[in-house]
Amino acid sequence: MIGTLATLVATSPGLLARVGASALQVVAVCVGGPLLLGLMGKIRSRAEGRVGPPITQGLLDLRKLVRKEAIRAEHTSAVAALAPLVLVSSAALCAAITPLVTARPVIAGGADVFAVVYLLLMGSVALALGGLDAGTAFGGMGSSRAMTVGAISEPALLVAVLALAIQAHTSNLPGIVNASLSHPEWLASPQRLLALAALVVVVIAETGRIPVDNPSTHLELTMIHEAMILEYAGPDLALVTVGEAMRLGLLLGLVANLFFPWGIDASGGGLAMLVGLVALGAKTAAIAASVALVEVSTAKLRLFRVPELLAGGFVLAAVAVTTGLVAR
Amino acid sequence: MSTAAYFIGLGAASAAALLGAVLPARRRLLAAAVLSAAACLAALVGAGDVLVSGHAFSVHTAQVLPLTGVDLSLDPLGALFVAATAVVGLAVSCYSVGYGVHATPSRIATATLPAFLATLLLVPAAASVATFMVAWELMALTSLLALLTDHRRRRETRDAAQWYAAMTHIGAAAILLGLVLLAAHAGGQSFAAIAAHRRQLSLPLTSVVFVLTLFGFASKAGAVPLHVWLPRAHPEAPSPVSALMSGAMVNLGVYGILRVGEDLLGGGEMWWWLVVAALGVVSAVFGALHAAASTDTKRLLAYSTVDNVGLVLIGVGAAGALAAGGQQALAGLVLLAALFHLVNHALFKGCLFLGAGALQHAAGTRDLDRLGGLARKMPATAIFFGAGALSISALPGLNGFASEWLLFEGLLQGFASRSAVTVAALLAGVATLAITGGLTATAFVKALGVGFLGQPRSEGAGAAREVGPSMLIGMGFLAGGCVVLGIVPGVVLPVIDRATTAGLVAGASRAIRPGLGLALASVHSEIDPGLLVGGLLVALVVAWGAVRLAPRSAELRSPRRAAAWGCGRDLQTARMEITATSFAEPLQRVFADVLRPDHDLEVTHTAESRYFPEAITFHQRVDDAVERVVYRPVMAAVAWWGHLARRVPNGSVHRYLAFGFATLVLVLVVLA
Repeated sequence: MIGTLATLVATSPGLLARVGASALQVVAVCVGGPLLLGLMGKIRSRAEGRVGPPITQGLLDLRKLVRKEAIRAEHTSAVAALAPLVLVSSAALCAAITPLVTARPVIAGGADVFAVVYLLLMGSVALALGGLDAGTAFGGMGSSRAMTVGAISEPALLVAVLALAIQAHTSNLPGIVNASLSHPEWLASPQRLLALAALVVVVIAETGRIPVDNPSTHLELTMIHEAMILEYAGPDLALVTVGEAMRLGLLLGLVANLFFPWGIDASGGGLAMLVGLVALGAKTAAIAASVALVEVSTAKLRLFRVPELLAGGFVLAAVAVTTGLVAR
Repeated sequence: MSTAAYFIGLGAASAAALLGAVLPARRRLLAAAVLSAAACLAALVGAGDVLVSGHAFSVHTAQVLPLTGVDLSLDPLGALFVAATAVVGLAVSCYSVGYGVHATPSRIATATLPAFLATLLLVPAAASVATFMVAWELMALTSLLALLTDHRRRRETRDAAQWYAAMTHIGAAAILLGLVLLAAHAGGQSFAAIAAHRRQLSLPLTSVVFVLTLFGFASKAGAVPLHVWLPRAHPEAPSPVSALMSGAMVNLGVYGILRVGEDLLGGGEMWWWLVVAALGVVSAVFGALHAAASTDTKRLLAYSTVDNVGLVLIGVGAAGALAAGGQQALAGLVLLAALFHLVNHALFKGCLFLGAGALQHAAGTRDLDRLGGLARKMPATAIFFGAGALSISALPGLNGFASEWLLFEGLLQGFASRSAVTVAALLAGVATLAITGGLTATAFVKALGVGFLGQPRSEGAGAAREVGPSMLIGMGFLAGGCVVLGIVPGVVLPVIDRATTAGLVAGASRAIRPGLGLALASVHSEIDPGLLVGGLLVALVVAWGAVRLAPRSAELRSPRRAAAWGCGRDLQTARMEITATSFAEPLQRVFADVLRPDHDLEVTHTAESRYFPEAITFHQRVDDAVERVVYRPVMAAVAWWGHLARRVPNGSVHRYLAFGFATLVLVLVVLA
């Protein structure tokens, strides 16, 4: 690996700039994720006639949690300690390789649709194993439900992005973003619109929003994600919370840049990167706001109706691919 | 060198079988294990030499088999399968020492494992119809004997052996019919002669041959609907045998399809390969669903084998279809991905079956509902089983991810094809890859999380101890292989590429750029798992450091242990934990149409009032729907026919004499 790194340094003079850009993306997702959650909470509160917590509440909570005492459930193994770390680091790696602020991320040899989907799966698997580790009724139930939802939403995610990959003739994410930048007419093509619809369903499921899961519930019969992380406290809970927020920011940023790539830094340079950052913030905030507005007006689905919604997402994605193939 | 090494390997494996049968109980286990490990090493050297140099060797002796003689030849395609078998065999040989140490297996059991191994090494080298069928049947017989090891103690073992024997022999009959038909029309029974004459064969004939052999090989590979023996035989066989069956024997089904379809018949028609791909799609989805619903560790692994064989068959079928459509380079890429996945499957499934054997050994059961908490009692087994489970779930940095990525990319490139049927097949393949990914992850989170984490659900699991060093070395060897191939997959691709280029798909695989990672040459698609793992580790350290260095008073630094949340009660027992059955329940309910679970709820009321139940019993079974729908009616029909036929011979000698006379008259009439 050191050899690979050495050749990388030797062959690409702009490596340092690209490492910086990737680090910026990770920080943006790390800070932006909780802010997006705060924004969604604020919009919901306002729509329901409440003042609601400030938008920065997520970051404040993180600061509070990370200072608290670390408590772990007795009888847990190393898995419970590792799971939050794996969740955060897989999300961070995804953020580093996905074109969010810049279309030239550091690890070009990993910025692949398949890699991002399976890195997200890695976080889900880690969290599900962590949920099973304490051996409680809730943790296992949450893991089971989260894996069930994930098992159906993940294929939909892969196939939806596949529709774009076929159009751009590559599964490399920067490649897809660059191709859509140079072909603005693609953005209104039917397969893109269908894939967008499928992706929105997936993002809602993966981030545990209404109508799939209610992030603010603690009622045992309905919760998915909250049941799985019930045993975490203090710094561990901070990691889980920030990891989940990062996944939300990442998925929203991915949707934003795959379908509305304008503003992303395609050339390199400080100003372009600043524009990219602002554009990313604006686009994800707009999507987050619309998700929040839909949440206010929707009721949570019964758990066993959720797979129907997700299967619908999968079918939409498959239709998107087929449309793309027929329309060639 | 390769010839000598390969034959030393065969000889050592046979000697191991012989010594296992004759030596006294104290010595035979170790002697057989050491000799079979040496056999695997020698075979690995021989096969490796063929793979690296690309030169095949062939040997003909007229002395061994009467009439035809024996033809053995190892080309790169066969060598790949020999090498995969040898790697799994090496781990299994080491593991078998510790596995048999508590209850020394019988002579026959000790002898059959190396004998089975020898036949597995022999089949890919067979170079004529007669040699191939003899080797194939020897493999079937030795594996059947190995499967029967525990038949005295368990009724299920006999049942499984009957299913396996029936399926494998129906398959062998179909293969024999196909190959004999082929040899008769091609003017020779050696594979070289058949391949040389294939242009003179008519298309209907080759199609019949392909379909017949496909039936036989698919039943060995465990493709749906011919998979029914797998979920019975794999759990009942001793774990070293199931590791060999699943890690090496099912591969040979794929080998047969490639050998006959691509090598002997030269690729043939596109629809052949679309049938193969369709078998793959059905197998992958069906296997993944059943694996997600299974609660028996080894049954879960067996269904997961059906799933992975399905993925390999999707690749093989897509490669054949693309080659028949004239896209040779792309076909080479897809076939390379399929063979890479097959090698990876041998590694991780071998590791998982050995791990399941360690579980059974230590906890006395392989029922996930009775396991739990083993990570603390058997940490090394947990790590190795975990490595296998995460590899098969295709997590980045492990080998399953590398081969699935390559398969995905290959199928994706194929979408540029002009043939609409091929594109539809590729789309089905990609969708299957996506669907099975999530289901497999669920199945293995269940196996790992319910089996190793949480609290023990039975006394056996509570009293479990770590298994001995030889078993750990066997598992660790395969788990290490999974990690190495996951991080630097690029190093084995040129070797596997030899197998794909060896006369199968002409002008194949220049589609891969050399390097440690994976990169396609034609398009901008690449992945470097080494870099991904490096990035992941950096992120992990940074996240850990950030939490450690957070401003916090000194006494709060080290984690404190506290009781888990018990819903307000101060009582948390293992009975409250989720079981494998309940873990799988949501998914099972979602896919109830395919899985068709049987529920049986019995409520006994108290005598006083029927509003107060006295006891509630609930039974649930997830039977194989294919078995119920396809096999049961056939078996019922056969049984009915048997009953009908039994009325004819009623024991009366007069009647038998009358039959004899009637037959004689009939023969005379016919002859006249």
